[in-house]
Amino acid sequence: MKEKTPNVIASKAKQSQVVTIDASGIFYRDLNAKLRQLVLNGTRKIALHNVYGQRYIGTDLDEPAEIEIFGTPGNDLGAFMNGPKIIVRGNAQDGCGNTMNDGEIVIHGHAGDILGLSARGGKIFIRNDVGYRAGIHMKEYQDRNPMIVIGGTAQDFFGEYMAGGILVLLGLNLKEGEYHKANFIGTGMHGGVIYMRGNVQDFQLGKEVGVAELEEKDDSILKELVGEFASHFGHDTQEILKHKFTKLFPLYLRPYGRLYAY
Amino acid sequence: MKTYLPSKFIVERDLEQCIKCEVCVNQCTFDVNYYDAEDDEVRSREENCVGCHRCTVFCPTNALTIRRNPLDYRENYNWRPEVIEDIIKQAETGGVLLTGMGNDKSYPIYWDHLLLNASQVTNPSIDPLREPMELTTYLGHKPDGVDFDHNSHSLKTQLAPQVKLEIPVMFSAMSYGAVSLNVHESLARAATEMGTLWNTGEGGLHPKLYKYGNNTIVQVASGRFGVHPEYLDIARVVEIKIGQGAKPGIGGHLPGEKVSAEVSMTRMIPKGTDALSPAPQHDIYSIEDLAQLVYALKEATNYTKPVAVKIAAVHNSAAIASGMVRAGADIVVLDGLRGSTGATPKIIRDNVGIPIELALASVDDRLRQEGIRNQASIVIAGGIRNSGDVAKAIALGADAVYIGTAALVAFGCTICQQCHTGKCPWGICTTDPKLTKRVNPDIGARRLANLLRGWSLELKDILGGMGINAIESLRGNRLQLRGVGLTDTELEILGVRMAGS
Repeated sequence: MKEKTPNVIASKAKQSQVVTIDASGIFYRDLNAKLRQLVLNGTRKIALHNVYGQRYIGTDLDEPAEIEIFGTPGNDLGAFMNGPKIIVRGNAQDGCGNTMNDGEIVIHGHAGDILGLSARGGKIFIRNDVGYRAGIHMKEYQDRNPMIVIGGTAQDFFGEYMAGGILVLLGLNLKEGEYHKANFIGTGMHGGVIYMRGNVQDFQLGKEVGVAELEEKDDSILKELVGEFASHFGHDTQEILKHKFTKLFPLYLRPYGRLYAY
Repeated sequence: MKTYLPSKFIVERDLEQCIKCEVCVNQCTFDVNYYDAEDDEVRSREENCVGCHRCTVFCPTNALTIRRNPLDYRENYNWRPEVIEDIIKQAETGGVLLTGMGNDKSYPIYWDHLLLNASQVTNPSIDPLREPMELTTYLGHKPDGVDFDHNSHSLKTQLAPQVKLEIPVMFSAMSYGAVSLNVHESLARAATEMGTLWNTGEGGLHPKLYKYGNNTIVQVASGRFGVHPEYLDIARVVEIKIGQGAKPGIGGHLPGEKVSAEVSMTRMIPKGTDALSPAPQHDIYSIEDLAQLVYALKEATNYTKPVAVKIAAVHNSAAIASGMVRAGADIVVLDGLRGSTGATPKIIRDNVGIPIELALASVDDRLRQEGIRNQASIVIAGGIRNSGDVAKAIALGADAVYIGTAALVAFGCTICQQCHTGKCPWGICTTDPKLTKRVNPDIGARRLANLLRGWSLELKDILGGMGINAIESLRGNRLQLRGVGLTDTELEILGVRMAGS
């Protein structure tokens, strides 16, 4: 556990102040050291400009600091993250939200592969599309429940091995009659729930998922999550919710329970 | 379906000695012994016996003998009883054969073909009882060179984090969920007492044990169970688990029955759900990706602790290990063919991987050839049975070893290979609250610490006999080894000469 800064007044003053860093040409290790130092000293708002692929931004900060990134952060954005809020004015690369514990990531663009791998908490909002294996092996525990909302579509193995949490795929960029890109959706899924707006064909679904109509509880979850998504990216919640959603759920809590001879 | 499987063991009860106390009935977790009230006799269902010998140890009158059922099929070297029984089991279940512990097949054990040297006449041996003898080992990345400030005589080179071990023997990864909390506590306390490290395995760490953090290696595996900032912060070393000797290339399934409320808390998954560890880490498909996770963990711990990477010893270990070091691993962990487990497909355990001795020798060679041996420590695991094996491993190039099975044997384990059933009669590999009480952490920690104390005394004797007073001087010192009964190729890979030469 990190020690909190003792000077409350000074830290409060710092909290409202935005610290701006020009990240161009700064090695990721130095950039993250700088962030660590700022947050430890009580800074709660940071703007990073000219970010070109620096990795691990948001890792090891453990405070609800807000970091606004202009440019393209590198892989593992918010890996093992525990508390900060990250807003990216651009695209995120692979491993965004890797094993994230708590916090929020908002991407005004696309995200690469394995978005939210093994995340256990926090929220991720992606305006456009995501790569392969988004939401893979997310899990929930007690009050920890990771949630990901994606505005566009996703590549294969969406929600693979999912053990908990909520994945929402909105397909806002799909044309009339167009299907989502992903195949093997929810392969190995054994927990959590996936909500999909837009069309998928049966063969696109993994054999461990079932399809169900939405219930009241689902509607309220979607209303809240889609509402947050819409407020981040300037959409109309009602317009999005007007379309039909389907719910994918794990058919078995123990998909591999019958594999073995004892 | 009637099973065609014959009993593996015969339970002999000496009725003259049996006092019908039913200790055997209560101790057996496989329902072998039972009290027949009608006849006032204790009887056995021999077909259930796994040969763990819990009952024979606890029988107060020594009335019990467990013998192997001779199973005298017609002799056939190819169709041995084990082969026949495996087929019967699969014909009756249609499943993957599961088993526990390490490879039990007759592949060569190279430790038994390596002999240690001793000093005679031309250089004096050292008596460790009277002279200082050092087993201290430092794990972590070592610099290419050191630079001093010549005025103050202080070190200018910034050293990477190092971990000091009083004895180069650590406890191998065994996850909470596979083993019980009492086992974890025993390991943690023994490691703390003896100045070495224990390893959480991939199931997270119970908060009760955070206080042993300074002697704890925490594992980050493909399931990422229980991996959160505090877990990483309290650890001394963070170990990325890529593979395991007992199941190279295979993930793990902790069955839902074993995910109790406590296990669920530590793994941070709902109670009763299967804990599935995917076969690969899905953020690692290459050496570059490994580097990414290594540095993600270094970032997450602010570069304050070494990051280890553990792989199963496989055909290309040397090249892979080179990549691991270049990816930033401070400790390379190799788990050999005989590495053990709580559950693995039998066919994988018995057929995949390579002997640890060969993997160690080739990895150490390769890292030396590439001039990067200093950049990482080498730790080996998989079948280390005694201090002789430890000394040979260090002479072959290891910095330290992990022991798993040997530690469990210290708890009472007789290697009955039933870990996967969750019914461990010794209360080790189970989360059944009734059974876990069979391991008392006070006694468990004592037995483990005793084992390490015994081994450290023996290691000092071995070193003294060689005329060496620090284990550092034995490391990679293959001239202290000679081979017996090995081919030229084997000797070449091991980098040792034939005994007598």
